[in-house]
Amino acid sequence: MTVKHNSVSLRARRQPNLPIWLRAWNVVVMALLILPVLIVIPMSFSDARNFSFPPKGFSLRWYENFFTSAKWTDSLFTSLQVGILTAVLATVLGTLAAVSIARMSPKFSGFLSGLYMAPMIVPGVIFAVAIYAVFLRWQLVGSLFGFVAAHTMLALPFVITSVSSSLSGYNPGLTTAASSLGAGPVRAFLTVTLPLILPGVVSGFVLAFVTSFDESVVSLFLQTPNLETLPVNMYNAIATEIDPTVSAAATLVILVTTILVVLVQVVPGRNKRK
Amino acid sequence: MTAQILSIPGSSKSRFRTGGVSAGGLAIPALIALGVFFVYPITLIVWLSFTSPEIGFGHYLSLLTDGVTVTVMLRTIAVGLIVGLATLIIGYPYAYSMTVVSPGWRTVMMTMVMLPFWVNIIARTFAWFILESRGGLIDQFFQALGINGVVLLNTWGGVAIAMTQVMLPFMVLPLYTQMSTIDRGLLRAAGSLGAKPVASFARIYMPLSLSGVMSGFSLVFVVALGFYITPALLGSPDQALLSQIIATRVQKLLDFPGAGAAGMLLLVVTLIILGVLNWLVRQANPLMKRGAA
Repeated sequence: MTVKHNSVSLRARRQPNLPIWLRAWNVVVMALLILPVLIVIPMSFSDARNFSFPPKGFSLRWYENFFTSAKWTDSLFTSLQVGILTAVLATVLGTLAAVSIARMSPKFSGFLSGLYMAPMIVPGVIFAVAIYAVFLRWQLVGSLFGFVAAHTMLALPFVITSVSSSLSGYNPGLTTAASSLGAGPVRAFLTVTLPLILPGVVSGFVLAFVTSFDESVVSLFLQTPNLETLPVNMYNAIATEIDPTVSAAATLVILVTTILVVLVQVVPGRNKRK
Repeated sequence: MTAQILSIPGSSKSRFRTGGVSAGGLAIPALIALGVFFVYPITLIVWLSFTSPEIGFGHYLSLLTDGVTVTVMLRTIAVGLIVGLATLIIGYPYAYSMTVVSPGWRTVMMTMVMLPFWVNIIARTFAWFILESRGGLIDQFFQALGINGVVLLNTWGGVAIAMTQVMLPFMVLPLYTQMSTIDRGLLRAAGSLGAKPVASFARIYMPLSLSGVMSGFSLVFVVALGFYITPALLGSPDQALLSQIIATRVQKLLDFPGAGAAGMLLLVVTLIILGVLNWLVRQANPLMKRGAA
């Protein structure tokens, strides 16, 4: 009772705590975070052949161009393909790794989680150069497998983090119960553990897909004219071709990632509160 | 934390382990993949930088004496420090507000931080490309003020501004995480003992938030040093950052040993600067020395 009373009075005191200049500052920061992203959207409906802002005229020509040019649709298809394969691979590897970390003694698990997080910490350009050097030798540059393998390394940390946080709320006694009732380890995992940690696995899958779908640095090195991902195509459109189709592509990408990320933030949150 | 929660029922933990496949076995597929596609490549280019074509520090010496790399390195460090400082100044009040506002507002503020975090870096850099180019919004704004020719594209200043916006989430998230652990009762106690709000904020809250500041600053600084897309699209070759030099060496010259050496140099300098910063903060703040924060 006292706790409840306390938090209510706290909250009542909290609101006027924020001075007006701080509120104004926060609004400015939110604008700074969001507006430069949104500027791309009106650009994509421009009628002009250049990147001038504010856009002149209104047309859907860049969207038409995006969906009718083989170069753009091929790269979109490649990105979707690489993204889905990466998400599947990273989710399987990452879920197994997260389960093993949860069962280990803290000494080992600390070392292993550090190792799994390493691809997130090493500067992107160093990893890109390193994997390019190796893939040149193995002739994997410009191959679907090469893209998937490299992206999986970058996606693994997200899967492991998200599955681990689900596992932290899992009671291992349930697995013991299942096996004492005669379920084998695989069956116990699939029928007891997996359904309970599914929110973490699903959000790991989505985040792995988004990581691959957005990945640019490694892909810039692994690209060949025959196999480009969408971000690589966008990069080239800005850097060398000045092709306004990139604004339509950017708008589509922003839309897709926003929907996926909002889904991830909303769905597991509900499950956790049960 | 995971391990801690799982180990609370001590006896069931060991049974859990024997009941399932052994813990190590499950990690093997991920470890093999990580070994082949991450650890091996990184080790290889580091190895090459010391051994190819001959064993020694040749690549490192030539980087330090070629007259370009050192300048580029200093510019890269300067940009990293500027971006770290700018995101800190912009993000600190925002992160602080997140710990004080109602849960509803906190969700809104958090979503605003998370969205750009996930939006494609090329899309976000493209937006700055539009803003900073000749005749772009920034140029138009300054022309209206009577100042002509403010074209930030192809300058390192323009790169730093865009990077500040791009990296703001990397600052706000660790700051918020740490600040939400600070006991606000301490501020009320100071107030009841007669401290003015500004004084109690400066003498109690800020020192307590210093470890969050350090982790936010380190993260932004480290990520900024290795940033590639934004400098490559908004910068120019004659005001290049180190990541561009590394990429060019490989793309134009296939000089993997040289690129590996430059990468190692970047890593070493990063660690030294972070170590010095950490030490300075610890010296200045007795709270952190005792591990109280």
